[in-house]
Amino acid sequence: METLVDLSRLQFAITAMYHFIFVPLTLGMTWLLVIMETVYVITGKQIYKDMTKFWGKLFGINFAIGVTTGLTMEFQFGTNWAYYSHYVGDIFGVPLAIEGLMAFFLESTFIGMFFFSWDRVSKKQHLLFTVLVAIGSNLSALWILVANGWMQDPVGTVFNPITMRMELLSFFAVLFSPVAQAKFFHTVCAGYVTASVFVLGISSYYLLKKQDLPFARRSFKISALFGLFASVAVIIMGDQSGLYVYHAQPSKLVAIEGIWHTEQAPVSWSLLAWPDREKHENTFDIRIPYAGSLMLNHNFTDPVKGADEIIAENKQKIIKGQQTLLELEQFRKNPQDTSLVADIKANSEYLGYGLLLKKYTDNVADATPQMIDQAAEDTIPNSWPLYYSFRLMVFFGISYFLLFSIATFYSFGNRTSFETKSCLLKFALYWIPTPWLASWAGWFVAEYGRQPWTIFGILPTYQSASSLSSGELIFSLTGFFVIYTLLLVVELYLMFKYARLGPSSLGSGKYHFETQEK
Amino acid sequence: MEYAILRVIWWVLVGVLLIGLMVMDGHDMGVGTLSPFVGKTDAERRVAINSVAPHWDGNQVWFITAGGAVFAAWPLVYAASFSMLYIAILAVLWTLFLRAPAFDYRSKIENPKWRSTWDWVLFVGSAVPPLLFGVAFGNVLLGIPFHYDDNMRLVSDASNPLIGFLNLLSPFAILCGLVSFSMTAAHGGIYLSLRTEGAIQQRSRHLATIFSIIAIVGFAIGGFWVGHLNGYVANNLSPIADSDPLVKTVEVIKGGWLSNYHTYPFFALAPILGFVGLILSILFNNKGRSGMAFIFSGAGMAGIILTAGMSMFPFVLPSSSDPRSSLTAWDCTSSEHTLLLMLIAAIIFTPIVLAYTSWVYKIMGGKLTTAKIEENSNSLY
Repeated sequence: METLVDLSRLQFAITAMYHFIFVPLTLGMTWLLVIMETVYVITGKQIYKDMTKFWGKLFGINFAIGVTTGLTMEFQFGTNWAYYSHYVGDIFGVPLAIEGLMAFFLESTFIGMFFFSWDRVSKKQHLLFTVLVAIGSNLSALWILVANGWMQDPVGTVFNPITMRMELLSFFAVLFSPVAQAKFFHTVCAGYVTASVFVLGISSYYLLKKQDLPFARRSFKISALFGLFASVAVIIMGDQSGLYVYHAQPSKLVAIEGIWHTEQAPVSWSLLAWPDREKHENTFDIRIPYAGSLMLNHNFTDPVKGADEIIAENKQKIIKGQQTLLELEQFRKNPQDTSLVADIKANSEYLGYGLLLKKYTDNVADATPQMIDQAAEDTIPNSWPLYYSFRLMVFFGISYFLLFSIATFYSFGNRTSFETKSCLLKFALYWIPTPWLASWAGWFVAEYGRQPWTIFGILPTYQSASSLSSGELIFSLTGFFVIYTLLLVVELYLMFKYARLGPSSLGSGKYHFETQEK
Repeated sequence: MEYAILRVIWWVLVGVLLIGLMVMDGHDMGVGTLSPFVGKTDAERRVAINSVAPHWDGNQVWFITAGGAVFAAWPLVYAASFSMLYIAILAVLWTLFLRAPAFDYRSKIENPKWRSTWDWVLFVGSAVPPLLFGVAFGNVLLGIPFHYDDNMRLVSDASNPLIGFLNLLSPFAILCGLVSFSMTAAHGGIYLSLRTEGAIQQRSRHLATIFSIIAIVGFAIGGFWVGHLNGYVANNLSPIADSDPLVKTVEVIKGGWLSNYHTYPFFALAPILGFVGLILSILFNNKGRSGMAFIFSGAGMAGIILTAGMSMFPFVLPSSSDPRSSLTAWDCTSSEHTLLLMLIAAIIFTPIVLAYTSWVYKIMGGKLTTAKIEENSNSLY
């Protein structure tokens, strides 16, 4: 069972991270295309149309695999997480379905128009199509992050002992959950940063190669300025997201920060440490005084709870959950007797904690004190992977702010001086892969940090998977790995080919490689 | 609104989504299937591919939305069907993966080998999914071996996954797959004859007729076959109780899937629509009226899908190993609150989606020719 759950998690992680290679670029590129095309519609200058078309081409190569890998995500909850789907489909399915109806249709219908309707509609109408693609892709991010936000902080829901699942109480609580909203803005802004780094880096390549300078210069400036705004926003929204982690998921916070014992204000912040999960302490620790209070909970009076205290609290919840689970079993055996229902509903918030015991015993009535202690210890995810991926993400986040500040300063200050700053251009080019690392690190913090839960405090990961065989999982993992690798090879081949070619690939006869051949 | 009515509405809406999927995604899958055969040269194949190039991605969203809507409205079906048909669902997904890169990457490099490889990749990605949809439907009619344990956890009763998968390929299921494949191929052929001229049009028209006939014959054989298969009849079902499939009792009766037609004779309209639609589409197509033919082939597909649904009603996912665990339209749904909420969302967004879909088809309409392809070689697929 444990292997099966681990394999299912591995498959989800691989397919989701692979999908997220393509998503952030889509989120940001669509708006960059809107900006470029808007300038074209206003000024009527052909070069901005060429920019829209060329960057649109690269966007399209990326988008194809984004669509493909998105299919997996829509169906994987059913194939591999059947109990999860049963247990929370009443709530979780809603944003996914609305995402399809409201966002995917819009995005996918008009993406075709973006590529193929240039000669069939007016300039303004085409711009409208581009805007609709951008709105569609960003709306789809909204709904998926509403769904994910609910997994992190499951509001507006109630347990029903007859159907054995969580049911929706308030859609608006789910939709306007501050956790979901902060996550949405943080994620789309990360996408805007990704696209800006992508365009800035490739434009730098043309500037270094001295090819298509007017084209590259304009692309560089647009992405620098857009990226500057986006990088500020991603930092602010990241900080907001962190504040909600402090409130809604203290167990994630202590793992990210390596806080083992409750700390009184003002709390310092650990800059570099080695968190030791077993001993509940940091082997070495370089700390910045006051910074913890500033960053983690935004005030200098409240303490920050440590892992020890959280584990002790959760132990009590597990004991209550054990009782509630036993009552639930009794009720399921004899559903006519409704005397227990009121009590089950009143204590349903502890049910999930009771389910944590199922990892150690099928019959929770038999759980020993050691099992309860172990289950309570489990409620804190392993610290060091979170500690370091969080700091990696923050490091990259700050690097984008610096990169775009410098790029904006030089490119807008003196019209062409930045073209000779080969250090800056090279840095921008080689920094292209980093936003993906930052996004992955961010998602890792969000998802691994939620362990041992799929739905925080409600459904343990261990309980969520389908009852498949390990053989089926090995088969599917192998299949995904092979197909995804092939797709990535083809995608990167085309991406590099077209990025190197630059606007010459449009076949208009005006650009570098075309004029050289003549 | 009453829970029972909401549950009926959602049974209808899932049907509408499946019909939308087959009519919309079906025609571009048909085009992908036929393009290597109707197009003898690179330019001819590009005519075929570009007739759906702007639309296939939007059409595929019918598939995604059907998945999402089933998740939200029928979470028990979403969980049971996808996990119990694990390998079959993966086969659908993996072949669908091939479509996006095939469309988008095929014409990005001017190398005959590169292009013909992607043509066949597109063929597989377009032909296999509808075939497997049909096989899956056939297996649903036959019942799937699964049951629920005390905690409502799904357990497969297939002896082992590989044998389980091979068992899916029974003769009846393959017949259903053939019907589904043929009707999408025919539908795509009719769409192609609407959007092309000359030799491509001739070939498309011809292939559409052949596949329509196969679909009609297969559908008729399937109808007789079902009379000899086990069907399911449920007792003790409450349309308004909270969704708990284990409360009911189920009888397995030979020919049981035909019992609805005795109880509700008007259900017979579905198979009639299937036959009449496909026959009329053949007639119109051969008279050169492809638009009418397209509408009737869509109607015929709707009739065939409705026939499967209505034969089983209220069952949607019968269990062959533990009939009590079968899922029906009354006990597989979300809560009343969620069904209502999703209904409101569907009422708001479905007309909007249909409106802009027709708008973009109108903008991109008209005949495609090899000359137009060569003129816009760099921007078209």
